[in-house]
Amino acid sequence: MNTLNAREAETLRIVKDTTLTHEQAMMKLSKLAEQYVHVFPLPEDFQRLVETRQICDLGEGFVPYAPRYILPDYEKLLESGCKFLRLDPPTNLFEAISALEIFYHHVPSVTHFPVFIGKLDKLLDRFITDENEAEAKVLIKSFLRHIDRTIDDSFCHANIGPEATRAGKLILEAELELQDAIPGLTLLYDPEITPDDFATDCVRTALRCAKPSFADHKTYSQQYTGDYGIASCYNALPIGGGSYSLTRMLLKNVAVDAHDKQDFFARSLPHAVAVMCEFMDSKVKFLVEEASFFRSNFLITEGFVDPDRFTAMFGVVGLCECVNLLMEKQGIEGRFGHSDIADQLGVEVMEALEALVAAHENPYCKAFGNRFVLHAQVGIDSDFDTSPGARIAIGEEPPLYDHLKQAGLYHRFFPSGVGDIFPFDTTAARNPESILDIIKGALKVGLRYFSTYSSDSDVIRITGYLVKRSDIEKLDAGTPVSQDTVVLGLGSVKNGHVLERKVRSL
Amino acid sequence: MITAPVNHIIPQSCVDGPGNRSVVFFQGCNFNCRYCHNPETIHQCQNCGLCVAGCPTGALSTENGLVSWQEELCVGCDSCLRACPHGSSPRVSMLSTDQVMARVAENMPFIRGITVSGGECSLYHAFVAELFTKARALGLGTLMDSNGSYDFSADPQLLALCDGVMLDGKAFDPQAHLALTDASNQMVLQNAVFLARQNKLQELRTVVALGLPNEETVVGFARLLAPHLTRGDVLYKLIRYRASGVRTCYSAQLATPPMAEMERLRGLRLFKHQHCIRKKPLLPKALAFGGSGFFMGWERSACETAGGSDRWRF
Repeated sequence: MNTLNAREAETLRIVKDTTLTHEQAMMKLSKLAEQYVHVFPLPEDFQRLVETRQICDLGEGFVPYAPRYILPDYEKLLESGCKFLRLDPPTNLFEAISALEIFYHHVPSVTHFPVFIGKLDKLLDRFITDENEAEAKVLIKSFLRHIDRTIDDSFCHANIGPEATRAGKLILEAELELQDAIPGLTLLYDPEITPDDFATDCVRTALRCAKPSFADHKTYSQQYTGDYGIASCYNALPIGGGSYSLTRMLLKNVAVDAHDKQDFFARSLPHAVAVMCEFMDSKVKFLVEEASFFRSNFLITEGFVDPDRFTAMFGVVGLCECVNLLMEKQGIEGRFGHSDIADQLGVEVMEALEALVAAHENPYCKAFGNRFVLHAQVGIDSDFDTSPGARIAIGEEPPLYDHLKQAGLYHRFFPSGVGDIFPFDTTAARNPESILDIIKGALKVGLRYFSTYSSDSDVIRITGYLVKRSDIEKLDAGTPVSQDTVVLGLGSVKNGHVLERKVRSL
Repeated sequence: MITAPVNHIIPQSCVDGPGNRSVVFFQGCNFNCRYCHNPETIHQCQNCGLCVAGCPTGALSTENGLVSWQEELCVGCDSCLRACPHGSSPRVSMLSTDQVMARVAENMPFIRGITVSGGECSLYHAFVAELFTKARALGLGTLMDSNGSYDFSADPQLLALCDGVMLDGKAFDPQAHLALTDASNQMVLQNAVFLARQNKLQELRTVVALGLPNEETVVGFARLLAPHLTRGDVLYKLIRYRASGVRTCYSAQLATPPMAEMERLRGLRLFKHQHCIRKKPLLPKALAFGGSGFFMGWERSACETAGGSDRWRF
């Protein structure tokens, strides 16, 4: 089939697909256009590395027109309003929620939905008093429902904490009642700031609706100048900025390309990093210099984001399979997560990668010292035999404490996000304080991000984002569902064995 | 060097005291509870060797007249337990406190403390005191899960090292207790009051089964303790009997109570000032308990409890 016919066929496939909503079809059609136009130069050997799946652009396409992840300064919206949207600074909870809902509609991202909707507790708490708390609960619940039903993509993420606030508690209560996948939620957790009773409430909520997750606030708050937020799956990025792009390296396939371990470190890995960095340079340059966003979008012109607070994310996936393959190539027994030699090799790979990425300068990445920032990418629905980021493969999880200590070896390599998921059985789920003990221990052994849900939750974490099991079942039976992440969830359930993740007992 | 027979150590438990804890189970008990669901922990191994031949993986052998168990070969099929005529287990190791602590320390920093259980932990009180000293040095909490047969009032050193005792209130009536456990409950009742007054009663537990005087036990313990609860919260946990693991010679005497019976016991009105919180709010505000010497209220929190038990709070 020639190219034109292939494009027509793909277009027809989209418009005839009865499992797609109107909005999903529209977005897929727009994605098609982004694949067909090439506006920035591609590095030499890029095509081969894409075809051998060493590098993957995560469907960003070749004509970037907005940053992938934007974390607007919502404080500014509350303090000064927004001229472009003709919003005055809100004076009460109702107006604040309304202003945010309006604003969200205008925040671009790779999915066209906002991936960061703010530190919701801090944004709203100022408007809650003893007198209006009952009303606040109703408003917050309807606000969150509005988000779930209009932002049809669970890469939309809100933050709470580290302090306990009235708004934070109301958000947890509402999430328990709503049982919705959207938004994703993270507690910026610092055991020295966050009271145990609030953290326990967060665990209790997480066990019933898979959110919030727990981020190591102490570490994350030190890695960028200024404030940070957790966006999309678990991406730690500067507020008032974000990330231009996320391109990922499939480490296993880089190992496939290598003759042996020595060749991997001496040739395959440095080469793949060099090509990927050049590709990212080229894409970012176009986005910043030529696309309209950084010149005319109201987020820029009104200062909701600052070009100096952006970087680009260098994603990594499949460390586990990479290490296992390199072990095989050396003829040494032992698998990632089960052998000190393998785990140490994993550290070696990450140290090499960290040094290579840190050696590459990009003038547009001022938020991270003119460097790209490493990210443990969670995978995509079509990945096969590729574990997210630096995670141990599903089905091979070691006992809980061993698993946590192993994960703790790798989280420090990923300033812009990494995470592991530990579902618990229902007995453990009845004892959230025990799980909080484990989370505290996890932070001590180096984890930066801990997610949990219970074996009987409807809302579950797929790899980084949330989906309702009941929606996956509906979609699997051919019924359209409004949230596009359900499609990804279904793929990950089939290819990534997400439902077979080891459930922990206590 | 003190050693004690240890049946097993579990690295993580959320049902043996507050938070996540490692639990040390000793071998040997001075009670013979009809409803015991791990009766193989009651007696010491007699080295009769009857279990050895039935071991499918060769984990058991006899050396110099003693049964020896190789943990790394064991698959946990329990055929040795079924073969044992003495209500014991060959899978027991004599361990020093250092050996136990080495196993416990592997579980840090994920645990907030250790709990010693059984069998009956107080049979090894000197060992427990030494173990608790070492656990505390690592910053770990220390709890005992005891049948209450040991005179805690005579061992202030142990009590000072122990954060609290989770005490079994198996039966309030002396005859009922004797029939259930082959042992007197005089010391148990004395301990309940003593520990409550010392603020060392971490939790009181009663197994509820058809065939036992449940109401009398619950009412009896509640009335006994009420005047002494001057120092804060005590949890009263009602555990629903289940037949799993119970010796067949006793299992006919007892039956799992219907949920309605658990509900009825929970709903007993024992005190003028008692109030029962029927449904725990999802995110309760801090509830004020204790300090007054009688039931301020009792909290029903089935959603928070472990393994089908119900808890009340004095």
